[in-house]
Amino acid sequence: MVLVFAESVNGKFKKAAFEAVTYGYQTAQLMGLSCAALVLGKAADAGELGKYGAAKVHHLANDQLNNLDSQVYAAVIAAAVEQLGAQVVVLSHTSTGKSILGRLAVRLDAGSVPGANALPTYTDGVFAVSKPVFSGKAFAHIAITSPVKLVSIMGNSLPPAIVGDAVAVTPLEVPVPASRIKIISVSRIEGTTPLPEAELVVSAGRGMKGPENWGIIEELAKELGATTACSRPVSDVGWRPHHEHVGQTGITVRPNLYIAAGISGAIQHLAGVNSSKTIVVINKDPEAPFFKAADYGVVGDLFEVVPRLTEAIRKHKQHA
Amino acid sequence: MKLLVCVSKTPDTTTKITFNGDKTQLDTTGIQYIMNPYDEWYALVRAIELQEAEGGSVTIINVGGAENDSIIRKGLAIGADAAVRIDTESGSSLDVAKQIAAYAKDQGFDIVFFGKETIDYNGSEVGAMVAELLEMPFISYASKLEMNGDAATINRDIEGGTEVIEVATPFAVSAAKGMAEQRIPNMKGIMTAKRKPLEVLAPVATTDFTHVVSYEMPSAKSAVKLIDPENMDELVRLLSEEAKVL
Repeated sequence: MVLVFAESVNGKFKKAAFEAVTYGYQTAQLMGLSCAALVLGKAADAGELGKYGAAKVHHLANDQLNNLDSQVYAAVIAAAVEQLGAQVVVLSHTSTGKSILGRLAVRLDAGSVPGANALPTYTDGVFAVSKPVFSGKAFAHIAITSPVKLVSIMGNSLPPAIVGDAVAVTPLEVPVPASRIKIISVSRIEGTTPLPEAELVVSAGRGMKGPENWGIIEELAKELGATTACSRPVSDVGWRPHHEHVGQTGITVRPNLYIAAGISGAIQHLAGVNSSKTIVVINKDPEAPFFKAADYGVVGDLFEVVPRLTEAIRKHKQHA
Repeated sequence: MKLLVCVSKTPDTTTKITFNGDKTQLDTTGIQYIMNPYDEWYALVRAIELQEAEGGSVTIINVGGAENDSIIRKGLAIGADAAVRIDTESGSSLDVAKQIAAYAKDQGFDIVFFGKETIDYNGSEVGAMVAELLEMPFISYASKLEMNGDAATINRDIEGGTEVIEVATPFAVSAAKGMAEQRIPNMKGIMTAKRKPLEVLAPVATTDFTHVVSYEMPSAKSAVKLIDPENMDELVRLLSEEAKVL
């Protein structure tokens, strides 16, 4: 069986959970196995995961599991894996999944691939899966040889696909150990999609000349429904917050569309964005290295081009 | 406080990555190696700051061959007190974690620090593995850590937000941007680093459950399509009809 840990936030599933179940279902098809989902803590409509291919949904509704303690989660998931006899375990490569994967590898004495970007291959009994390495500069195809195989998948690696109907939820009973951490508060910026999950990203760099000029970037992002990002120099000097820094030592993004304005395209920045499906570069310097990595390029003054693009998108939306 | 900082060696961030003929190994010709930036800038510096404020010691541990000693010496120059190198070419994250845990388990460390991930393998899993092997709580992606007696208050980065967590020592933590500011070693640091202890230990036996079958480069982009800066309607049309992303 392929067991998918479907993450919920405040009782709701996010796209990552549907992607993970879709990934688990397609992996199960490939290996001739069934797919089940595991849900921990508060969760409404856990049975909905059946639509994405989970034949069974196992739910442990213990309030202690509403927030992450990686030690507790790993103990519970490992117990579920053993009780249910799972051969492949799929997690999302999120702040939650990444905190659990290594612990599961130890508990289950199993091989793991963190941050897979595609479905596994399964040929002559060899299970292998690819993941970006060197911060997106290359990919590694990695074989897992242990009886239990652990994989966490990057966001936007495959689109969630509805293949069936909702299923009944099966309560799961495994011991929940006491937590040794205390969560004081959890705050989330509401209304914007976090960068690692964003499908549309508008990013800007030193070409903006100063933080006071970011209005045109925010307007473009708002018109698109995109998340804003920036280059490292801009976050280092405090023009933009750290959590917007995209690149090798910041966040890796893999949106459908990445628009970069006033970013020259240093190799460290490209490492963080080159998994984007489509890249648009706006820069007044035709020699900017970013143009080599771009699908579409606009050589021009971003202070004129960006508002013009915002207006063009506004018109496009009106016609659509 | 007794602090352990786990550090990795990675290719410099400006490195162009290429592989050997059968694409099973990194071509290391001409690569400059550095200490993994998250390990150095955030984990190590925060550990040194805590040691300066509260006393105790900072030990660096690295799993690798003698060629890693220059990186370890840099850590000592930045301000760590002692270092340990487990002398093995490791084949997997689980092996690295087991080597670190085998050394750390009887040492009574209060906090075990990691960078949030290495910039070469991008696995982000060794910290969780060591924490599990040492049966410690693990707080990942910490952007702030303040001590209050033997408890810490930690800000943890989550998607689109922050968690604030309280945890008592001993625990493991992985450091993200914001935890500390990069420190450049000064001349005195570099001189004293040469006399600080660097212990080389033999590895424990482990089994690898993963191996790299092959590496691949991203498929080459076709040439950029240049759009007239006066004609953003055309760009929007291409994004909508050709790229199908709008």
